[in-house]
Amino acid sequence: MFAFIVQRLFQAILVMLVVGIISFALFRFTGDPVNNMLGPEATIEQREALRERLGLNDSVPVQFINFIGNAAKGEFGLSYRVGKPVEELIATTLPATIELVFVSALMALLIGVPMGVYTGLKRHAALSRVFLTVSLIGISLPTFVIGILMILIFGVWLGWLPTFGRQGVVDLGVWQTGLLTLQGWSHLIMPAFTLALFQLTLIMRLVRAEMLEVQRTDYIKFAKARGLRNRAINYGHALKNTLVPVITIMGLQVGSLLAFSIITETVFAWPGMGRLFLQAIQFVDIPVMSSYLMLMAFFFVMINLTVDLLYYAVDPRLRAETLGGAAH
Amino acid sequence: MALDSQEIRVSPGLGARILDGGRRFLDGDVFHSFRRSPLTMFAAGVTLVLFLVALLAPWLAPYDTLNLSSINLMDARYPPIGSTFDDNGFIVEADPRFLLGTDEQGRDLLSAIMFGLRISLGVGFASVILAAVFGTLLGLVSGYVGGKIDSVIMRVADIQLTFPAILIALLIDGVSRGFMDAETHQAFKLPILVLAIAASQWVNFARTVRGSTLVEKNKEYVQAARVIGIRPALIMLRHVLPNVMGPVLVIATLTLAIAILTEATLSFLGVGVPPTEPSLGTLIRLGQGVLFSGMWWLTIFPSLVLVILVLAVNLLGDWLRDALNPRLR
Repeated sequence: MFAFIVQRLFQAILVMLVVGIISFALFRFTGDPVNNMLGPEATIEQREALRERLGLNDSVPVQFINFIGNAAKGEFGLSYRVGKPVEELIATTLPATIELVFVSALMALLIGVPMGVYTGLKRHAALSRVFLTVSLIGISLPTFVIGILMILIFGVWLGWLPTFGRQGVVDLGVWQTGLLTLQGWSHLIMPAFTLALFQLTLIMRLVRAEMLEVQRTDYIKFAKARGLRNRAINYGHALKNTLVPVITIMGLQVGSLLAFSIITETVFAWPGMGRLFLQAIQFVDIPVMSSYLMLMAFFFVMINLTVDLLYYAVDPRLRAETLGGAAH
Repeated sequence: MALDSQEIRVSPGLGARILDGGRRFLDGDVFHSFRRSPLTMFAAGVTLVLFLVALLAPWLAPYDTLNLSSINLMDARYPPIGSTFDDNGFIVEADPRFLLGTDEQGRDLLSAIMFGLRISLGVGFASVILAAVFGTLLGLVSGYVGGKIDSVIMRVADIQLTFPAILIALLIDGVSRGFMDAETHQAFKLPILVLAIAASQWVNFARTVRGSTLVEKNKEYVQAARVIGIRPALIMLRHVLPNVMGPVLVIATLTLAIAILTEATLSFLGVGVPPTEPSLGTLIRLGQGVLFSGMWWLTIFPSLVLVILVLAVNLLGDWLRDALNPRLR
């Protein structure tokens, strides 16, 4: 157990270190930060003063340590494009992205699991075929095409939902939420569903496969032989055991939801972090790019670490395997 | 002379070998399972047609949309055949010269899609080939040599798998913009794009090839080759490589679909192919800009072609995976 945790922690630290080095290299060696911040009209004295203030005259290892130290304190420098501190930009866009990802994950679970259970239990029902066909389409359609189709149908043709931006936001001091007003939800629902569709089909297929697998196990046959009701067997025994992999996969998928939010946010002009990152790439806004990168890496590493540890805690077989297979 | 004729008998000419290979393929299990699956045959047909259209676009396309002087602003905003378009109260009838309609500049959409398909498929193929070559070589070395090299390569692969491919591709594009000035970046946009997509996809090849190499490594023919003193590089390339190539073909097909989608997504986000060479993703992005003026065809048709292409390639890949997997037969 201890060795496993240490190994995982070590890998997490390694990832963060590599990403930190890439971010630092981007920040330090691309273009001249002084030129970027002062513009071409500045005098040599001004330049030298800024160089000193930014610590650019220190040795590279010292600069790297300072860079990492500042990042850990949440200081990422000034954005070249808007001239504001990056942490301020992130603070205004992070709530939008987190709410989008959270609602998508919830949608994927709340729709995907029941659909998976249904198609798993009633394999030959007509509705199951419909679900499976729809899921095939969901997997084949790229995210941005789904988004555009939804805009065309619900925004342009039917005119039911707003197609861009995030409105109806309530300021709670540190967090601006769009979940408290009807208007906020009307803006959120299409981007969230667009983002959720792929995960939804994934979860549905996973639950279906697990349900089919579980039906064949001895303990389900035994439960049937004991004369338990179908309901008790299906929901009390079968479903419970299928949910362990679902939780793991969902945890890991939160990472890809974060990444794919870049696309969804672009399609729906959602003012989140993904859009901030994309604009940073287009304007070569290095401080924003490198801080987004580090923040993402941090999220991903934390998610993976949590899922690994959870999995380890939930599945006793894994513990036995690490003990027995220590040599490999 | 006698020696010459003997040589010919021992190793038949290239043509004969291809004929023989073709005959064996037609008699073989793979082709048999192909013939038995109508869906796969349909997917193969669709893929073939799209490939041919992409290949022959300069001759098939009714208009040369890449050449700006061939575009006439008077032809703008025609809807596709069989529909009408309400342009601010002014009803526009379809024009038989433009099967799928035109965009705001008067560009023929059908031609634009044909050229777009060419670029999408070109970038897709180039990145898959690059990813396959690098991934296979790294996997081969990792599996055959083992030790520290193996740990380093596989650790990098593990770390990379933590991040979604699209993020890796975006990152490489962003980094390259940081290290180059705008003009250089514009000039090298296509190679950078191919490199970015390939770099986000090599891991699958490397891991699979490493796995099969570990199995092959301990077989007698490899040990025999080692005993008679053949250099490791030669053993890897001439003896192990041909035996681990099967799964590579399957992964390459499935990766082609992913690569096409990644390229389309990047181009849709505006960081992919240069605007002078619009791919399907670029066309969809341009179409989205005029969606609200009711010009739906500019988004729908390129999206449709993209989805059909990806679906067909995916179906082919799935079938190939099952057909080449002896356990499923």
